Amino acid sequence: MKHLLSTLDLSRADAIRILDIAEEMAAVGTREVKKLPALRGRTVVNLFFEDSTRTRISFEAAAKRLSADVINFSAKGSSVSKGESLKDTAQTLQAIGADAVVIRHGASGAPARLAATDWIDAPVVNAGDGTHEHPTQALLDAFTLRNHWARVNGTSTLGTDLAGMKVAIVGDILHSRVARSNLWLLRTLGAEVTMVAPPTLLPHGSNVWPCTISYDLDATLAGGIDAVMMLRVQGERMHASFFPNTREYSRLWGFDDARLAALDAQGQSETIIMHPGPMNRGLEISSAAADSPRSTVLEQVSNGVAVRMAVLYLLLSGDQQRPSGL
Amino acid sequence: MSTTNTAYLIRGAKPLGTEATDLLINDGLIVATGAEAATHPAAAGATVIEAAGQIALPGMVDLHTHLREPGREDAETVETGTRAAALGGFTSVHAMANSNPVADTAGVVEQVWSLGRRSGWVDVRPVGAVTVGLAGTQLSEIGAMADSRAAVRVFSDDGICVFDPLIMRRALEYVKAFDGVVAQHAQEPRLTEGAQMNEGEVSAVLGLAGWPAVAEESIIARDVLLAEHVGSRLHICHVSTAGSVEIIRWAKSRGVNVTAEVTPHHLLLTDEMVKSYDPVFKVNPPLRREADVMALRAGLADGTIDIIGTDHAPHPSEAKECEWAAAAMGMTGLETALSVVQHTMIDTGMFSWADFARVTSTAPAAIGRVTDQGRALEAGEPANITLVDADARWIVDPAAMATKGRNSPFKGLELPGKVTTVFFHGHPTVLDGALATPRIVGAE
Repeated sequence: MKHLLSTLDLSRADAIRILDIAEEMAAVGTREVKKLPALRGRTVVNLFFEDSTRTRISFEAAAKRLSADVINFSAKGSSVSKGESLKDTAQTLQAIGADAVVIRHGASGAPARLAATDWIDAPVVNAGDGTHEHPTQALLDAFTLRNHWARVNGTSTLGTDLAGMKVAIVGDILHSRVARSNLWLLRTLGAEVTMVAPPTLLPHGSNVWPCTISYDLDATLAGGIDAVMMLRVQGERMHASFFPNTREYSRLWGFDDARLAALDAQGQSETIIMHPGPMNRGLEISSAAADSPRSTVLEQVSNGVAVRMAVLYLLLSGDQQRPSGL
Repeated sequence: MSTTNTAYLIRGAKPLGTEATDLLINDGLIVATGAEAATHPAAAGATVIEAAGQIALPGMVDLHTHLREPGREDAETVETGTRAAALGGFTSVHAMANSNPVADTAGVVEQVWSLGRRSGWVDVRPVGAVTVGLAGTQLSEIGAMADSRAAVRVFSDDGICVFDPLIMRRALEYVKAFDGVVAQHAQEPRLTEGAQMNEGEVSAVLGLAGWPAVAEESIIARDVLLAEHVGSRLHICHVSTAGSVEIIRWAKSRGVNVTAEVTPHHLLLTDEMVKSYDPVFKVNPPLRREADVMALRAGLADGTIDIIGTDHAPHPSEAKECEWAAAAMGMTGLETALSVVQHTMIDTGMFSWADFARVTSTAPAAIGRVTDQGRALEAGEPANITLVDADARWIVDPAAMATKGRNSPFKGLELPGKVTTVFFHGHPTVLDGALATPRIVGAE
């Protein structure tokens, strides 16, 4: 694994290796001294062309816990806002001596361009590109799901996948890099996926995806589901006629109090509710759902640091087995 | 008037791929063919071109070239673009109107026409804009451009669709007065806002905004009905979908006076190429599915599609050395057109060289009313001749091209067919596969 650009081309073995190493990294996060020397002297650049405080600080925490030096390069207030090209920015980072580049970009495929060109040699980690992929989000979601699945089944997590698990991904699939990355990774790990969305927010061509497509959230939930992943919906989408208004969206595709009560009534006590954040409370998820014991929202955030530590470690250490110093 | 009266004897070439013969050229014309060529008085001092085994074709005519001058001389000039055209086997190109300033007045089209005459590599026929500034709201001075020295007959807002149905209707009606044709860039603007690639299974995975086939097909359907209603000539630029081929086939069966064009790249490449996110594959209209490619080939073979148009669209490197969404749309095509069409249509058995001559020369010359091009290879005809070594194979190297654009999607591909020789009104512009000299005519 030279880069992490997508989950579509991530093998099952690599995915499980990342999750297993992340588990060891998570243990570091519970220590008093949350730091490993693994990447001492290495420089990780967070190259963020889009605002994303959450993802950036998660990567920053991950790199720092591995003792790497971190440079945050954000588009705002930098030469990018003066029209510098991606190529020039990449070559600048190369000249500075970046050992890895974590890139968030509004254009689908921008990380793939960095990886394919000779603009920069360093490993590239896709931290979300346009409406394409967000592979570390999918990995942290899979990590969260695997922990839950092991707990439910009373098994251990190491080396296991998500075989037999039923996951619903709900919301704006069309514009979601999280949905795409999750679909490919969850399928690789053996889970069954149902995409639930209004037809306007499903990509044309998604009919051939390896998942069930549903327009009916209640029917999907009633069918029995182990995890429901709610996606952020931009209220502005209604101006482009993707749906009539936010209230109708919320009634039909939001995880509201009634649906939370229905899960209880159906005896689906082990079903978890996930959200990649940031949440629009009252739109795609109600406060009661977000704050319920079913919610894994904060667990996902913690797991994000561990998963990103594992990814940076694997790409930078050259050691494909186990981190030293654990 | 040609300034040269030098005679050339082409020996052993196969006109349209048929039996080998000799062709004698003198003073801009083919003066004799067959056994009479060598015995004709003009053959005495003629320069001999040994062309045994090569295919002789009427010089290729492109109805769709972006020469970028005036305004974007960093991308291409009339000089560099027409050098590329000559090397690609062309003797005439139509320069699209989306220059800066837009070719929407007699002054601009005469400037482009004059630059073409001065360069002397091919006949440059300016295309006039349908609407002022390509803005789609007010007809440009179509009559003045038609009556200018550039004698414009093809009118197009190419790059932008003439979307307003009333403006399109008026344009179709108005050009009748000048024996003109409206060449439509069929792209419904609302359905393609922010569109990046063909909408389908590949765009769904890549997360690139989709460019649905229906955005092209709905405009073609509207325009063939408009053309039928007002009895005008309509040409559809760069048809790219199977559905478009079906609509045009239907329109022709009803007797609508519509012609259609396909680019070489749409005959070979699919949206699978976009998986690399390499912007060299970003083009308008976008690369489509394999099924579309096959339908375009079938449509070209059965005559539904009339011509090859290159849509040669050179861009400076910086316009492509970036992320996909920021990149410019377009590909170069003049120097690869013959090879790609040979590869996709002739080497697959769908086409003869006579068919090739029809879609690359006779038919485009007829649509563009270029009366001295696209003619038979017979005595008395203007000597616009392209010789092709159909057995040669070569690897596409954009850095070695005459165009300023390095944005060839065929980079690294091995293709058949090499243009060895081009005669432009009896003057050799290409010899031994390399540029010779331009044909210099008197000052205007």
